[in-house]
Amino acid sequence: MKPDKLFAEMFAGQDQKLLQAWRQAIVGIAGAGGLGSNVAVALTRAGIGKLIIADHDSVSKPNLTRQQFFFRQVGLPKVAALQDTLRKISPYTELSVYPQKITEQNLSGIFGKADLLIEALDDAEQKEMLIETWQSLYPERYIIAASGIGGVGKNELLHTEQMGTLFIVGDGVSEIQPGESPVSARVAVVANMQANLCLELLAGLRK
Amino acid sequence: MNAAQITVNGHQIPWQEGMTVRAVLHAMNYSFRMLVIKVDGKLVKKEDWDSTPVPRGAEVSVYHLISGG
Repeated sequence: MKPDKLFAEMFAGQDQKLLQAWRQAIVGIAGAGGLGSNVAVALTRAGIGKLIIADHDSVSKPNLTRQQFFFRQVGLPKVAALQDTLRKISPYTELSVYPQKITEQNLSGIFGKADLLIEALDDAEQKEMLIETWQSLYPERYIIAASGIGGVGKNELLHTEQMGTLFIVGDGVSEIQPGESPVSARVAVVANMQANLCLELLAGLRK
Repeated sequence: MNAAQITVNGHQIPWQEGMTVRAVLHAMNYSFRMLVIKVDGKLVKKEDWDSTPVPRGAEVSVYHLISGG
């Protein structure tokens, strides 16, 4: 939706210079689980111009413990459920959703127009594939990945590593495995660290 | 900097002629399967770890990828 009077009212309290940079941006979100759904909510509230979101999964009951979905959305494709929620938050972020598994082959077709990519996948092997493929296709474009989000507490361990245009957020150690489950608060903190860094980069406040 | 060394995640280790990315991982005892590796700022894909030489004085970054999203 194009900016109108309601848009001006919604964003009246925001820094208009930052908002202008975010309005022009296209951000890709690979995965719409605990990380991706929380990133998408934060970026929609910030007024990002367009989000491209891909995930092949459907909403399950256990997802509700940490992902931005509702009980009545169980069984729906995650991207469809998330699209519905984001539209309710704000009509001003354009959405393009793909209910597809991301592969080396389809990555450029789905995310080729994105200025920046958020890695929000679950499996380490998939994370590696996404980072390698994005960095070889678009070495000059930012990618913000997450690694080490399991468990509860341990705020002090969460941090950001930078390797050129690649950023990795998380604690780098906490794997999700038996006894170390993903928990709402910590997953959302890491997701919002990704979103926060994304906004900072798009506004040119860091390189 | 000593020319016969490389830097891996901030640690200096001895460099040898013909040293590959794989050899650096061995030297550092890094055994995790899922890694992101950059040599002098350029990402080296896993399929190229055995064939990519690490030049003398190189700066190598290795980051461990962990499941969870």
